[in-house]
Amino acid sequence: MSEKNIQRGEMVTITLNGAQVKADPGWSLLEAIRFYGLTIPTLCYDEGLTPYGGCRLCVVEVGSGKRAKLVASCVHPVKEGLEVRTHSNRVLKTRKMILELLIARCPGSKKLQDMASLLELKEVRFRPLNDDCILCGLCVRMCEEQMAAKAIGFAGRGGDRYITTPFDLTSEECRKCGACMYICPACELRCQGPDAETTLCSGCINTEPVCASNFDDAMCFMVPCLSCVKKPEDVK
Amino acid sequence: MKKASLSSVYVRNEYPLAVKNITIAIQQARELGILGDDILGSWFDFDVRINRGGGTFVCGESTALMASLEGKPGEPRAKYIHTSEKGLWDKPSNLNNVETWANVPIIINKGSAWFSSIGTDSSKGTKVFSLVGKINNTGLVEVPMGITLREIIFDIGGGIPGGRKFKAVQTGGPSGGCIPESLLNLPVDYERLTEVGSMMGSGGMIVMDEDNCMVDIARYYINFLQEESCGKCVPCREGLFRLGEILTDITKGRGRMEDIPLIEDISGMMKDASLCGLGTTAPNPVMSTLNYFRDEYIAHIRDGKCPAGVCRELITFIIDADNCTGCGVCLKNCPSGAITGEKKQVHVLDAKKCTKCGICYDSCRFDAVKKE
Repeated sequence: MSEKNIQRGEMVTITLNGAQVKADPGWSLLEAIRFYGLTIPTLCYDEGLTPYGGCRLCVVEVGSGKRAKLVASCVHPVKEGLEVRTHSNRVLKTRKMILELLIARCPGSKKLQDMASLLELKEVRFRPLNDDCILCGLCVRMCEEQMAAKAIGFAGRGGDRYITTPFDLTSEECRKCGACMYICPACELRCQGPDAETTLCSGCINTEPVCASNFDDAMCFMVPCLSCVKKPEDVK
Repeated sequence: MKKASLSSVYVRNEYPLAVKNITIAIQQARELGILGDDILGSWFDFDVRINRGGGTFVCGESTALMASLEGKPGEPRAKYIHTSEKGLWDKPSNLNNVETWANVPIIINKGSAWFSSIGTDSSKGTKVFSLVGKINNTGLVEVPMGITLREIIFDIGGGIPGGRKFKAVQTGGPSGGCIPESLLNLPVDYERLTEVGSMMGSGGMIVMDEDNCMVDIARYYINFLQEESCGKCVPCREGLFRLGEILTDITKGRGRMEDIPLIEDISGMMKDASLCGLGTTAPNPVMSTLNYFRDEYIAHIRDGKCPAGVCRELITFIIDADNCTGCGVCLKNCPSGAITGEKKQVHVLDAKKCTKCGICYDSCRFDAVKKE
């Protein structure tokens, strides 16, 4: 059956790890794979946001023989007759290598550490850096698509790429909603305390007492994990 | 059927001559009435505008180019839906190189059979190469597909200056591979170049001689690509960063034998998993040099030597007593005072003071300064 003959609402058949399964032609491969209960690691994917295809951890192998190739399942559409392997040796090796690169960049991220244990990554062969951001872009998309604010975005390119507000100043577009912090998988956007020059949130200004992080054992209510709470003097 | 009415020429702003020439060409076409409204009384309107790129290498990638045309940052997107279906502004788009368009009038005038008679089975017509590097005749050359590298480099290019020995040719721009002497008889077409780990790419051809260190060449291109990567996907951004780190280590004498399989692992992953063409071809310079010049890598790592005498940390300069006439030129020119000696006596170089700048090596007329 060619693509053109598929009616609206009709399901297509794909071969998923050898099994013939039905899938909605509107799905991405990742959605189909997760629908059938298979686990695929992702870092830059969120159901409520446009797929980005940046972290490449969701790669799967499609096609067969010499024409088999790796594709990012979060952005690859489901197509009739597609042959998909989610855990072939080639896929697992690639995922491991990508994670090794990421964890060398941000060794302190709990999310990455958990994923490393899941993928059985036991050795990192690179000099560790102590960055916080894996540049997955979830916060940027969250801010733009769900919060309609567009207060943050990427700046620079290649190795110099980073996430910031326009001109690195507190953005007037920012409503201090904290959604960027909520969605961050690696805790990049740390709380910098109230009134910091480059602060992204300042949500705590409206609370009483002013900043919860002034208390040793309390954490800012906007921040999902304790590691994100930093005192202003700790921030460079 | 909806007809296209506007096209864009995307040209890098760093090439002012190209911008100037295309501006003149479009102006002339408008004056002749073959661009603009109601072309030659056909009721067909068509115009060409110029978009000047903002200095981004990755905008040569089709989807990044279209993002740039839309005024967005030049970042590629997943290409599982082709640009011919959803391209610029999510509309079906037709993207071709200006070089391809330049062939169209000739094909219309002379016919496709004539055009197909030039070239190989799979690559038809001619190709323009930019022949540069260690070669006598530099410049742009148009050759039929299927010509051998040897013919381009030695017959058209006139060989290597100074009677030096050919070492490698890098084809296809920064993300092309280095092709060694043993493959000089390779017919140049798209498939063959890809088979040997390089590519046609932009049509660049950089010739290298025995004075080029292949590890250093790989390091140079990887660093260039690292700066030009958009940084969107992890394989390209982090992979190039680590490749650059490892290659810098090797050229500085800090390499380890484990680095070689590590380079291969990163490169294989990048080739498989990168988002766009920049990432998937970026390992070419390092993989091709590692394949064809592995002994140079091993010499750097295991023996701590740079066979071509390029990597400063791995070379030492010595004065050959047999050749030194004591003329004093090196002594006078040495910026760090590392050379001592009386006039007409053999000079001595103090390795501790030497900064390895190479001025003595270049200034000695008696071939008495040697690299080791």
